[in-house]
Amino acid sequence: MLENLDPVLLARIQFAFTVSFHIIFPAFTIGLASWLAVLEWRWLRTGNQVYADVYQMWVKIFAVTFGMGVVSGVVLSFQFGTNWSILSDAGGNILGPLLGYEVITAFFLEASFLGVMLAGWNRVGRRLHFTATVLVALGTLISAFWILSANSWMHTPGGFRVGENGLIYPTNWLEIIFNPSFPYRFVHMVVAAYLTTAFTVAGIGAFYLWRGRHIPHARVMLGMAMIMAIFVAPMQLLFGDMHGLNTLEHQPAKVSAMEGLWETTTGAPLLLFGWPDQEAEDTRYAVEIPKLSSLILTHDFNGEVKGLKAWPADERPPAAMVFWTFRIMVGLGLMMIATGLMAIILYLRNRLFDTRLFQYWCMALTPAGFIAVLAGWFVTEVGRQPWVVQGLLRTEDAISPVVGTSVALSLAAFVVVYVFVFGAGSYYILHLINKGPENGEDAYGGHVAAEKGGRDV
Amino acid sequence: MVRMLTVAMLRQKKEAGMFSFEGFLDLALIWYGLIAVAIFFYVLLDGFDLGVGILFPFAPTDQCRDSMMRSIAPFWDGNETWLVLGGGGLLAAFPLAYAVIMPAFYIPVILMLLGLIFRGIAFEFRFKAGRFRQVWDYSFHFGSLLAALMQGIIVGAFVQGIEVSGRSYAGGSFDWLNAYSLMTGVAVIFGYALLGATWVVMKTEGQTQQWARQSASYALCYQALFLAIVSVSMPIMNADIRELWFSLPNFFFLLPIPMISLVLLISIWRDLHAGRECRPFFLSFGLFLTGYLGIAISMWPYVVPFGITFREAAAAPSSQSLMLAGTAVLLPVILGYMGYVYYIFRGKVGRESCHEGTY
Repeated sequence: MLENLDPVLLARIQFAFTVSFHIIFPAFTIGLASWLAVLEWRWLRTGNQVYADVYQMWVKIFAVTFGMGVVSGVVLSFQFGTNWSILSDAGGNILGPLLGYEVITAFFLEASFLGVMLAGWNRVGRRLHFTATVLVALGTLISAFWILSANSWMHTPGGFRVGENGLIYPTNWLEIIFNPSFPYRFVHMVVAAYLTTAFTVAGIGAFYLWRGRHIPHARVMLGMAMIMAIFVAPMQLLFGDMHGLNTLEHQPAKVSAMEGLWETTTGAPLLLFGWPDQEAEDTRYAVEIPKLSSLILTHDFNGEVKGLKAWPADERPPAAMVFWTFRIMVGLGLMMIATGLMAIILYLRNRLFDTRLFQYWCMALTPAGFIAVLAGWFVTEVGRQPWVVQGLLRTEDAISPVVGTSVALSLAAFVVVYVFVFGAGSYYILHLINKGPENGEDAYGGHVAAEKGGRDV
Repeated sequence: MVRMLTVAMLRQKKEAGMFSFEGFLDLALIWYGLIAVAIFFYVLLDGFDLGVGILFPFAPTDQCRDSMMRSIAPFWDGNETWLVLGGGGLLAAFPLAYAVIMPAFYIPVILMLLGLIFRGIAFEFRFKAGRFRQVWDYSFHFGSLLAALMQGIIVGAFVQGIEVSGRSYAGGSFDWLNAYSLMTGVAVIFGYALLGATWVVMKTEGQTQQWARQSASYALCYQALFLAIVSVSMPIMNADIRELWFSLPNFFFLLPIPMISLVLLISIWRDLHAGRECRPFFLSFGLFLTGYLGIAISMWPYVVPFGITFREAAAAPSSQSLMLAGTAVLLPVILGYMGYVYYIFRGKVGRESCHEGTY
């Protein structure tokens, strides 16, 4: 029975599973590393022990998360070859250097200074420790830069030519690195990572406030997170919109799937809900707002929006998945913006830190960023199907010459191992959260900085 | 000199319309060497921390295990990054080789990755575990063991050759599994155990150190045995390798490699019994270097033995040039700050309290 398994489908499921599992961790650590750098800077600046305590609590969570991110990321760097060797061969000239630069500019930096960040608190000077934190944060951003450049190139390839042998050759590196969708994707993703961290931190802070524990620390957490919610969440709506318009220009079929639109229409409605049916080529049970889609996409009430039927059936992405994940992402984004508005109102009334309902709301939104990031990636990655490199290489043609059995068994192994790892990781993170920050513990050398005033950074 | 380079680059640019060092550098050869160096760095650096994991459950006490773990905690992530560089570098410089080797070793590569997952997470989880500490001790041990075994198996299968047809792997799912590759798998386990044990000798004191000395001696004996088996078997198995090593004058040029190995084996043994702390570790590096050189020379000029040479698999000159520019600038920087991190955490572990940061 195992011999008849379709390796393409299995390899896709396997990659979707391992990459979705992986993205959870960087989505959190990119934001967390930057936040830790800010916290340490605030501590060195003010000498306020609360910042150091919060840093010490979250750096432990960072360590666990980062460790899981590293091990699940190493897997990906080999899966391009084990599962998608034709893609590696055909696109290696382009993708190889981009991934190579990620290793030499980011991975070594993060990995080396992570050791200092985690184990060096008492061993190195305060400035060097702060430098290490900043370098790790910088490393996470550089890493995002290269991997998103490689990813974006597969969505919107540029600066290349196809040789007679079918291999892809570079012709202009700047056009490759800064391909059309890259700047939008990079900004959208980094901001998403920042918001993911902010809402996780806000949820934990709200939890402590609700339980009446670690109040000064919880106020720092919730307060700093709300700054992000107030200022950055609305910006994300703008960035997301720009990214969407860029997609309309370069991958219009993806946008049609996001809109659930089958016929090319002028004055296209915005579908709030519905069920896109790939077979019937129609979106059923649609609840729509007239003309809004045209307004958003073309900035004109009667603008023309292409429907999925404009493409042959075998060049259309699976619409239902794209349609729904897009709505999940946008819905969560709107809830984040709403959180920011609530925070402004409560802050002005001096009730930000003691409103029960708001604490429940923030606790409920703790995983919002993770879900939104995953949903967003599903939109963009499912939305580019059936292409693995848009217009150049189909996913089904990119697979390695491996048998379904190997892929099926390794997929099963990954699922079992990841569930175990994720379970254990979550357990320890919950344990760390339950323990909470420790107050000005001597072992962390906090008093030393406080005595010296810590004003010279 | 700079002027010449600029002129050459400009001319090149005009011809190919693209950034490239092709006109004045043998890019494929340079990358062949660089990938070999990156893999060697990986073997040495992750070798000693995998070795610590292999020896882990045999340590006499929990305190010993604590110091062993703490001795590598700040470094393991950086060490493992060399593996990602090896994989990423291979994709960048020789995409065809990457596209053939990975499917050929599909199962051992995945098993190795799973092993690395189990040992990698153990670092963070173990120090926070409390009740379940033993689970992570074993996760660390068996993960390290599995990763080392699979790496050894991959080497053993690699030197026996990979079946290629056109631009793809043409063999079966289990071509990598045979008695010879299993033997090299076990050999790598003992080799890493030697690196790990000599590292522990260097980084610890007292009971842990004494036990590590003992372990290093055992591992050294096995290492010598396996080196001998591999050295004898490779020329027997492959006529080209036999020709390469035993024809004149090659024989005399290559003779120093086994001779130096022999001298190193004896010196490590004497150092371990003379109570030296650091030298055995660095001499073990030397032993790995001679063994690695022996295999690397035997593989020349193949990047997928014995079907694809490094020239056939080379990426576009522009791709290799771009990576080379970055590597030339950044590799010294990376080695600099990695060395600095080792310097920060120099000396013996175990004297600080357990409150040291998160560890």
